Amino acid sequence: MTRYSRHIVLQDIGQEGQNKLSQAKVLVIGAGGLGCPVLQYLAAAGVGTIRIVDFDVVDISNLQRQILFGTSSLGINKALAAKERLEDLNSTITIEAFPVQLTSKNAIKLFYDFDIIVDGTDNFATRYLINDAAIMCDKPIVYGAIYKFEGQVSVFNYNNGPSYRCLFPFMPNEGSVANCSEVGVLGVLPGIIGTMMANEVVKIILGFEHVLSGKLLCYNSKTVEITTLKIKKNQREFDELLKQKNKGINEYKSELCSTPIKEISSKEVLLMDNIQFIDVRDIYEEPRFDLETCIQIPLYELENRIEDIDTSKTSIVFCQSGMRSKFAVEILNKHNITNCYSLKGGLHSIIEALK
Amino acid sequence: MNLNIKYFGLIAEVTQCNEETLEITETTVYAFLDVLYEKYPNLKDKDFQIALNNELISKNELITGSEIALLPPFSGG
Repeated sequence: MTRYSRHIVLQDIGQEGQNKLSQAKVLVIGAGGLGCPVLQYLAAAGVGTIRIVDFDVVDISNLQRQILFGTSSLGINKALAAKERLEDLNSTITIEAFPVQLTSKNAIKLFYDFDIIVDGTDNFATRYLINDAAIMCDKPIVYGAIYKFEGQVSVFNYNNGPSYRCLFPFMPNEGSVANCSEVGVLGVLPGIIGTMMANEVVKIILGFEHVLSGKLLCYNSKTVEITTLKIKKNQREFDELLKQKNKGINEYKSELCSTPIKEISSKEVLLMDNIQFIDVRDIYEEPRFDLETCIQIPLYELENRIEDIDTSKTSIVFCQSGMRSKFAVEILNKHNITNCYSLKGGLHSIIEALK
Repeated sequence: MNLNIKYFGLIAEVTQCNEETLEITETTVYAFLDVLYEKYPNLKDKDFQIALNNELISKNELITGSEIALLPPFSGG
């Protein structure tokens, strides 16, 4: 295939290696500064299935470093915006967008079918959650983290190697480490660190030696100094987690840099797959919205008709203006249905978008 | 003994340098850290791990070799 000819011509990759890439399934958590370059290179390399998890939306302040996005992505969920761009980059692979927050409840389910987990998140709570879930389902993690002009890269839980907890056993005290939005970051830095992460993902898939396991690479963009520190495995960190496997994963108090979205725009809805619409208006309200994927449950009946909702699909709840649907999403959340959004601007916005 | 100390991230901001050499008489990491805390009181409330000769170790080990690093966790992405 011409698309991958520069890979295939390499003796260490060849058609066999390219086939490995196309059969690989990689889950990328966080489509921000680190996630963007990881996603771009993995999609370009032909990694067969890429799943993106990010609940955040693209903000103008992201464009300084998250170069997967453009001004046309502003206000759009990052997982969905990334999927749209990556499908243009490589339409021969499968890209799944999950515009949700990773939690102790959905982590194992999201990780289950995947070969490699990429940690490109921006907060400690999610990093510890990823570590714990990955150990419980025995998946390697490609880790990257940044601070101003410096970055760290490593591969955890790979071939019996150490984990994130072997490096940093406990979550740091709140306030001892500044939050991402409070401190700046050199735009190029996540590009460098994210690209190093993508490189490790590709090496793992291809079965190369010298995967960055048992080592932490520290990069300083100002001094151009790279320091590699050895990490010892602490088996106790694994045993403790595996012991409590049946009890589930600990939820950490999260210091998220933004709050998960509950609302979604019609533009984003058009980018989503596997959705069902829920019309929470009263039966007599006009105009009607007759789509096969739409069910009618007036708001006052919602609590009694939770079973009518197909939880394997993402629910897009709408009403006339977008107010009642917000309330409906809260009700659904209360019933543990989190895979649902209120449609911003109500029915008219989706009718406009479908025109 | 002369010890070359490397600082990363937030720690280097407290010490105002990436690297320095100190002459120490202490033999354990804990005792050495007390010297550093005296020099840089703001280090006390910071989280970091210690690497001795490029290998991460626990803080109650003996100091051998000539290079030590203070490594804080980074959360950014």
